[in-house]
Order: sequence, then C-alpha cells, then structure tokens
Amino acid sequence: MSTTAAVINKPQRSIWAGGQSPLKASYGKLMMWFFLVSDAFTFSALLVSYGMIRFSHAAYTGSAEAFNFSQEWWPIPEKVFEAVPFLHGVPAPLVFVGIMTFILILSSVTMVLAVEAGHRMDRRAVEKWMIWTIIGGALFLGCQAWEWSHFIHGTEAGGQWIDGTTIFGANLVQNQYGPPLFASLFFFITGFHGTHVLSGVILNMMVFYNTAVGTYERRGHYEMVEKVGLYWHFVDLVWVFVFTFFYLV
Amino acid sequence: MATTEVQFEDHIAHHGADDHDHDHEHHDNFITKYIFSTDHKMIGKQYLITGIFWAILGGALSLIFRLQLGFPEMQLEWLRPILGKWITETGSIDPEFYLALVTMHGTIMVFFVLTAGLSGTFSNYLIPLQIGARDMASGFINMLSYWFFFLSSVIMLSSLFIETGPAMGGWTVYPPLSALEVAIPGSGLGMTLWLVAMSFFIISTLLGGINYITTVINLRTRGMSFSKLPLTIWAFFLTAVIGLLAFPVLFSGALLLIFDRSFGTSFYLSDIYIAGEALPNVGGSPILYQHLFWFLGHPEVYIVLLPALGITSEIIATNSRKPIFGYRAMIGSLLGITILSFVVWAHHMFVSGLNPFLGSIFMFLTLIIAVPSAVKVFNYLATLWRGNIIFTPAMLFSIGLVSVFISGGITGIFLGNSAIDIQLHDTYFVVAHFHLVMGSASFFGLMAGVYHWFPKMFGRMMSNRLGYVHFWLTFIGVYLVFFPLHYIGIAGFPRRYYSFTNFDAFSGFTDLNMFVTVSAFITFGAQFLFLFNFFYSMYKGRIAPLNPWRSNTLEWTTPLNPGHGNWPGVIPTVYRWPYDYSKPGSEEDFIPQTVPYALTPESNLPHEDELVDREKEQDAIVVDDNQS
Repeated sequence: MSTTAAVINKPQRSIWAGGQSPLKASYGKLMMWFFLVSDAFTFSALLVSYGMIRFSHAAYTGSAEAFNFSQEWWPIPEKVFEAVPFLHGVPAPLVFVGIMTFILILSSVTMVLAVEAGHRMDRRAVEKWMIWTIIGGALFLGCQAWEWSHFIHGTEAGGQWIDGTTIFGANLVQNQYGPPLFASLFFFITGFHGTHVLSGVILNMMVFYNTAVGTYERRGHYEMVEKVGLYWHFVDLVWVFVFTFFYLV
Repeated sequence: MATTEVQFEDHIAHHGADDHDHDHEHHDNFITKYIFSTDHKMIGKQYLITGIFWAILGGALSLIFRLQLGFPEMQLEWLRPILGKWITETGSIDPEFYLALVTMHGTIMVFFVLTAGLSGTFSNYLIPLQIGARDMASGFINMLSYWFFFLSSVIMLSSLFIETGPAMGGWTVYPPLSALEVAIPGSGLGMTLWLVAMSFFIISTLLGGINYITTVINLRTRGMSFSKLPLTIWAFFLTAVIGLLAFPVLFSGALLLIFDRSFGTSFYLSDIYIAGEALPNVGGSPILYQHLFWFLGHPEVYIVLLPALGITSEIIATNSRKPIFGYRAMIGSLLGITILSFVVWAHHMFVSGLNPFLGSIFMFLTLIIAVPSAVKVFNYLATLWRGNIIFTPAMLFSIGLVSVFISGGITGIFLGNSAIDIQLHDTYFVVAHFHLVMGSASFFGLMAGVYHWFPKMFGRMMSNRLGYVHFWLTFIGVYLVFFPLHYIGIAGFPRRYYSFTNFDAFSGFTDLNMFVTVSAFITFGAQFLFLFNFFYSMYKGRIAPLNPWRSNTLEWTTPLNPGHGNWPGVIPTVYRWPYDYSKPGSEEDFIPQTVPYALTPESNLPHEDELVDREKEQDAIVVDDNQS
C-alpha cells in the first residue's frame, strides 16, 4: 500500500464519529455553556412571571403629565426611576440606569479584551483587563445599591397606601409607587441578577488572582478567562432583558 | 500493512500516558474509594444505594396511608412507637399526617427514587462504560452532584421528624396551601425544609446533567458516532437535556414561593380570607405557580420514564437475540417525546380556569405524544417478535415495563382530553394512570437495569430463581394494586382524601379498597426478596462471567471488576452499532461493537464490506496474521 494512494483515497471521517471533541471545545467550556442555557431558563421563568403579573394589573391610561403614583395602576417606569445622585429634585428619567447599563456593557468589552490577551498569552494585559472588568462589575453593583436605596427610601411626597395613609418608598410588602408586586418583582429580579453579578465579580477576582500568580501561564493557556468571560457576557445579556422589562416597557 | 501497524503502535503509545496515571490510582483509601469517590462507577452505586433506601421509605409511607384507606376502622395503636402523636387518641392516623404521608410519598418517589435513583444510578454508571470513556468529563463535579443530592436527602429526611410534620400540601405544593402557615401545620417548618431540600436537589440535577451531556458529546471513543450509540445512552442524554431545561423553572418558582412564605411578598397570593379577616396580600396569582411548577412537572415525567425506556431497549434487544426493531425510529421517538414534553404542561391545569381554547391546543399537543410512545411500544413488540427470547429476570422486568406502559398509557389518552378530564381530574383514575405509566414503568426499568448490570457492578450474579419470584409477585401485585383504582376513580372519588367511608356514595368501595391495601402489602413485601437477593449476591453470589448476557456493548469488554479508568489498556475502538444480534452468516449470535467488519466477512452486508477499507485507513486495525 503506497502512501500516496492512502492520502488520495483517505475516506472522509465525521468529526462526530467519536474519539475527539466534536464542538472543538473542552469539557469545561461545554459545561459552562450548558449551565448558561439552564440559567437562561431560570431568568426566563422569572421574566415570564413578571409579564403575567404585569398584565394582570391595570395600566395607566391618562396623559403622561398627569401621572401620579397610585395603587390602582402599574406605574410608568420613567416616573419611578428618574433620580440621579447629587442632582436632587432634577427629574432625569432613566439617566442613572442608563449609566449603569453602559458600565456593565463596557465591562463586557474589557472582558473581551482580557480573553483576547489570554489568547496571546500576554499575562500583563490579561491582568489589566481583568482589573477593569472587576471595577466595572463593582461599579455596577454600587450603582445598583444606590438605586435600591433610593427606591426603598422613596420620594419626598410619598404615595398613598390602600388604607389612605401616606407611605414613603417601597419594600417587599408596601410600595408607594404602585401595586406592591411592582416593588416585589423589582427587588426579586434585579436582586437575583445582582447576585449573579456579585458571583461574577468574585469569580473574576479569583481568575485575576490566578493570572497574577502565574497559574495560567504555567498551565499554558488562559481558558479559565474564557470560561468566566462566557458567564460575564451572559450576566450582561440578561441585564439587557431585565432592563427592557423593568425600565422600558 | 506496515503503515497501519506503525499507526497502531502510535495509538498505544498515545494512550500509554493516560494509563500510567490510572494504574497508580488504585491506592485509594476507604474515604476516597467509597465515600468521596470521583469514580463514576462508585458514584452510580452510591446513587443506587441511596435510591433503594428512599424507595423502602417511600413505599412504607404509602402502606401507612393504604391502611387508612383500606381499613379505616383499624386500631393503629401498634404504630405509636414509630409515629408517636400522629396516631390519634382513638388509634387512627391523624388526618393532617395522612396528607403529609401522601405528600412525602409523592416527593420521595418522583424525585429521590425515580429521578436520582434511576437516572443518577444508570447515567453515571453506564455513560462512560458504554461510550468508551475513562470517566465522566468532570469526576469532581460528578462527586459534588451526588453530595448535593445527599445533603438534599438529609434535609428532606429530617423534615419527617419535626414536631409540625413534613410538607402536607401534596407533592406539587400548590400555594396558597403551601404558602400560609395557618393553612396547615406542614406549611410551617416542614415546607421550608421541603423547599430547601428541593433547591439542593435541583443543583444536584444540574451538576449531574451538564456532566452527562458534556461526557456524551466529548468523550465518545473512536468510532462511537451518535448513530452507533446504544439506546440507553440516547435516553440518558435526552433525559439530561430535559432536566437541564425544566428544573431551573421549578427553581424560579420555588424561590418565588420562598419569598411569599418568608418575606411577605404576594407573587402567588391574592384575596385570601382567614376566619373572616382579609390577608394583606393582593395582586398575585396561584395559577402562576401552577404554570411554573408544571413546566417542570410534566417534563419530569419523562425524566423519570426515558431512562427506563432506554434500559428496556437495550435489554429487550439483547435477550431477544435480535437487533432492536427501528433503531432510528427509537431515537426519533425519544427526540419527539423530549420536544413534546415541554409543550403539554397545561394539561395538568384543564380545570384551573384555563381558557377552553387553550385547553384544546394543549389537548392536541398532549395526544400527539401518543404517537412516539406507540412507536416505542410497537418497536419493542416487533423486536420480541420471533426472537430467541431468553427470559432473564431483567428481560421479564423489561417486558413487564412494556405491559404497564401500554395499560397506563391508554388511560393517558382519556385524561389528555380536556372535556373528559373535567370528570376525571384529581380522582383515583389519575392516580391509577400515572402509577402505572410512570411509577410502575420506571420502577420496572430500574429493576431491569439492576438485574442486567448487577454482574458488571459487583462482579457477581444475582439469583435468577429469586428474581423470577420477585418479578411475578411484583408484576401481578402492581396490577392488583392499581387496576382497581381506575374504577374507584371513575366513580368520582377524589385523591388525597383521608376517608372514603364518610360519604355514603363511596362506602360501596370499601371491599375494593381492602383488596388494594392487601395487594399493596404483598407487593411491598415481595421487594424484600429483591433486597435479600441484591445484598446477598453482592457478597455470596456466583462469580459472573465477563459477558454474562452475551451482549454487544462496550461495558462487557472491561475486566470483571473494572478499576478507576475502566479499561486497563487502550480504550476500545468501535466499528459497528450495538445491535448485531443473530446476524445471518455469523457463527456467534452476537458481534460486539469492538469487532471490525474486516474480521467478519462472512456476515457483512454489501454496504458494510465497503466500510472495511475505511476501518483500515482511520483506525489501523491489525488483523492478527497468526490466527488466520
């Protein structure tokens, strides 16, 4: 059997025929993908629940100028989220949450740069971009803490509770801005997302530490950066949906 | 030929490095070998033993409430040492504890026995062995998966012992019953523990599932394409996919319920009056919970059933000494069931006020599931047809599965009709239906799997004779228990009710209920034959031959008691599908997957002769010249 003939007649062999990774991905990366698919269903379930509860409440039908907070209708988000730190009393609808979203998306960009630096085996660059990603995540969490605390403390005018008393702010039981479930869902879903961001930041810190002490350099690849990168982009993507549901619709 | 030999040696050299590691892993101490093991075989056995424990407990709970249903006047004072204050002053079962019994029986059987005990055992044990892998993709995550399950088990078990009792709201734990502690004592701490345990259970399933899927995709040995996978692996693979997509939705639903219970939200609560006082909760909807629950709950039925169907496919083909009939149709029907399982959940909610138009859509989708199910039944029967059937206990249980799957499946067609369901909803007809089609069928699959793979698991044979007695008692017993329930159900008696005899309309069924209870006791008792057989054979059974069932799949090419790493040398290469039984021309009536077509010219079909060249090119088979 001559070698040339063997090459010419070499039969086609499917990549799915076993003995190799058909998706050209390590088991760890595949597992991360499947986890994210699963987690996507968790968030979908929560957002679908949001939709169902949202549409079982009455919507506000009057003009936007005449809008006031009431237990009778679901509030207009632009009227709820219009505060910005240090600009007390200046209505700036969705400006602050826009900044938050921008920060989170930027941190996704820096994550991409960290992954890219990992492919080049450039340890210094990975460290730099991981630091920026961690800062971005932490900033987002800080902003969310401010947003929550403002939401909890409420506006100066407050709102009417069902029994006619004036209440300020919102918690899991009462809500000055509208039906209590608006606040409950806000706390639950943004909180659930925030927990994901928090664990993402912690994972990023661990990866940063391993990068800094040279674990990945010794290992010969920076795949861990890619894996946390997948998670981070997922958390970012989920925020886009959460943002759409709570702030835009 | 020279080239091929060189390649072959390369192959050995390449794998040699791996093997080196594995040879040194036999110095495990007790803790790393039996407790915190990362070996998929040990983890599979851990799941099996835990599952057996739960099955005994779950079965025993059902006997207690069967006593109440069959013999409502009976003095149960003798149970006081075990049940304590749950036996009332008059010596009968406390009505609230009765609800706890049915709740915990359902929870334990569905999740801890037939999900973890079945899929956990056999996915772990068989996936690496049948696809030709040294272990799961991540042995560590696999170990975590078991220990999360264990933690969940401990919490669920401990809820049985608290003063206010375990969860009492039914295994579906519908709010508001499960959300309000004032509603029923079990909705206090018991319900909290239930939710915590289930959260850990979901994490365990998730960790297990991503491992199974990744392993099947990434670690198949050379030649093991998806179209050569044993149907067991196809079933486990799709089961894991269903679990991956369905369980997170229950997780969300459970988290919302936890908030309603503990933090004052009202996601599921609205307009509730207790003793004339309105609760402050407004705006929520209990129907929302039902949607979230059944989006898991219905696929869960197939999580329970598919592994059993996969195991049955394998066992029926092996013991009929015939190729499985319609291999691709079997895969297709598994896929069909997988997809359809996600779009039928609202058939559990026909009477919840669902829009009748929506009901008819869900009815239509539900009835479509009968098609892939019927394909499977037809293929089992066609495989058995004119086979050289060998009635091993595993084979009997597999045929038993087909039987109960048919009898239970047919009533599913009744229940899937939204109009008929108005009459039958929440009656014993439903109980009879799902205990046959899902409970018994999966249990039979589990038993078939244990009998079939016991020799591989423990290197010894189980007693066939005890196995036959166990099978016939179980098979007849299951029908005697569940068949009469259809009549009680059609007569309109609702499930979960404490007492039949309080209503004149149902007093007529007292004798039938006594009959069911007696049958249940006999059936449960028969399981101790199995337990004895299982544990006795583990130590004293006859040493098993390497391939006791003369089967084609890869696990039978491992040593008798495979170590960590499964194959001492090279991982075998696969050349053919796993169902070459009684192939015309072949001397033996089975040709294992590892035998290349080049070695079987006498039995090759024309298109298989063409594959011979390909085998040489890619895998460098060395035909041993000395032997020929």
